[in-house]
Amino acid sequence: MTKKFVLGIYDDEDVLLQAIENVRAAGTNIYEVFSPYPVHGIDDVLGIKRSRLPIVAFFCGLFGTSFALWMQIWMLGFDWPMIIGGKPHIALPAFIPVTFELTVLCAAFGMVITFFIVTKLKPSFKVNVFDKRSTDDKFVMAIEVKEGKTDMTALNDLLRSNGAIEVNEKEVIK
Amino acid sequence: MQHVSPIREPLVTGGKTYHDITEDVCRQVEAKPNARWAAALAVALVGLAIFLWSVYRTLWFGIGEWGLNKTVGWAWDITNFVWWVGIGHAGTLISAILLLFRQKWRTSINRAAEAMTIFAVICAAMFPVLHMGRPWLAYWVLPLPNTFGSLWVNFNSPLLWDVFAISTYFSVSLVFWYIGLIPDFATIRDRATGPIARRAYAFLSFGWTGSAKAWSRYETVSLILAGLATPLVLSVHTIVSMDFATSVIPGWHTTIFPPYFVAGAIFSGFAMVLTLMIITRKVFKLEDYITLEHVESMNKVIILTGSIVGVAYITEFFIAWYSGVEYEQYAFINRATGPYWWAYWAMMTCNVITPQLFWFRSIRRSLTATFIISIFVNIGMWFERFVIIVTSLHRDYLPSSWAMFSPTIIDIGVYVGTIGLFFTLFLLFAKYFPVVNMAEVKAILKSSSEVKHHPHRTMHGTDKDSHTNTHHSND
Repeated sequence: MTKKFVLGIYDDEDVLLQAIENVRAAGTNIYEVFSPYPVHGIDDVLGIKRSRLPIVAFFCGLFGTSFALWMQIWMLGFDWPMIIGGKPHIALPAFIPVTFELTVLCAAFGMVITFFIVTKLKPSFKVNVFDKRSTDDKFVMAIEVKEGKTDMTALNDLLRSNGAIEVNEKEVIK
Repeated sequence: MQHVSPIREPLVTGGKTYHDITEDVCRQVEAKPNARWAAALAVALVGLAIFLWSVYRTLWFGIGEWGLNKTVGWAWDITNFVWWVGIGHAGTLISAILLLFRQKWRTSINRAAEAMTIFAVICAAMFPVLHMGRPWLAYWVLPLPNTFGSLWVNFNSPLLWDVFAISTYFSVSLVFWYIGLIPDFATIRDRATGPIARRAYAFLSFGWTGSAKAWSRYETVSLILAGLATPLVLSVHTIVSMDFATSVIPGWHTTIFPPYFVAGAIFSGFAMVLTLMIITRKVFKLEDYITLEHVESMNKVIILTGSIVGVAYITEFFIAWYSGVEYEQYAFINRATGPYWWAYWAMMTCNVITPQLFWFRSIRRSLTATFIISIFVNIGMWFERFVIIVTSLHRDYLPSSWAMFSPTIIDIGVYVGTIGLFFTLFLLFAKYFPVVNMAEVKAILKSSSEVKHHPHRTMHGTDKDSHTNTHHSND
């Protein structure tokens, strides 16, 4: 199935932010905005909620801490207790470094893997990019065209009056 | 409404636009390999060949190929291991700690510094693994079950902590580096003309499109990774120092080791970053991105950490005297005046004296002087580890077991070989990967370049300058 999009191309982040605000105020739904770098303040104007990835990181980290402590206490305290350097079997202070490292490892990997999954990032040879310049120096605002419903001229005017340097149409296979 | 600061210099010079950044960074990725790069790679490959030959000798004939003896049981191997791990501290420090401190100058050097970190840690890992003598059993350091033939690993041992610390540091640094590379791979992919390049970079870019939602998550991930990597980077050299500090060898058994090792690691790491960046900026014509301002900032870190290291050396000496322990006192007197006096004074000169020249602004901003001093620091930090390890071990409690250490050709081969391995990896990185983080430099361009931007309106909702204390132009 192909979907049709109107692409407003911008070349300045401040113009883009103002445009997003005005386009949304005009009642137009923005499908997605593409930029070559993270634009500060874009989350607010697009209404993107704060990411919950830090929560994922926290719980993965918590898992790492508990796993590391359980592993060390069980292995040296219960499974095969040995006296090492006259210390108690469960020598907690000596277990801290490994616990810390596993906490960091689990938090980092858990969060990053979740990030790849939710953002649908995976190695693939084919990529659908709306406008290739959006990874170079242009900011691209994509608006989905609903056949018969979208007034193309009005949309074109709206984008251009808000500073778009180009307005293109593109069909994308979804 | 652009930031115009009379104090701070721009971080990107030359009136660059977003597109110029893409062009300047992608140029050497897209160009055919040039003769100078090929020549450098050839030299590095010779080093790599030396490495392979030395490793072959070490594995085939055993550790007896090295100059170690039963008194000096750790020598060049652990010296080189600590040296490389120390160098590997700058990358994550730059990208993580400087991100938390909102130091924008990190953006044009973090990519190469992180690459350096990863390659340095790879080189470092070679030494303990080879020192095992039977590296094919290296996985025995992991907690494997008793039925496997050994007891559980000893979680009370700093050597085991090292296994966890170095492998966590390596993998988290690698992930941090790769996350930053994804958007830049997408840029190269979208410019690529050849079918192989397009597919290769498409594969590497994980299908990145740069959507606002993805960027929002990307920034969150970067921030949290920075928060995790900051204590991690400090923990790694702390744990490395505990390999020594938890023993009873005179000169090792001190509580000053963790902070002193961390400072030394940052010191040597920044020196190596400077050594590499001064060459890279010249060869790849990145002078507008890696400016004298960047060099000066790094030199300030060098003088800070170098002075901490200097104070640590003097403190060690003082505490050895003040402790009243004869063995401690002898260890330090022996370092400075014993048979390895030259190593001690090479360390003192290179680490404590030469970096003090950076108090002069003209020297901080001189590329030649910085390059020479950075080499001095690299040498000095190698001697520091040699002094700590060999001079403490060669004369300990029992005079009858005193011995001297001298390296064999294989010792030298393994060490020189890892330098070859390091430069092989770095040169491949410099050719096929974007050496400057394009996306991050673009993000700071508006606030930190010489170009005057005149947007139609200010940033929405909030005055974007309201949180800064920089001065504003009256436009």
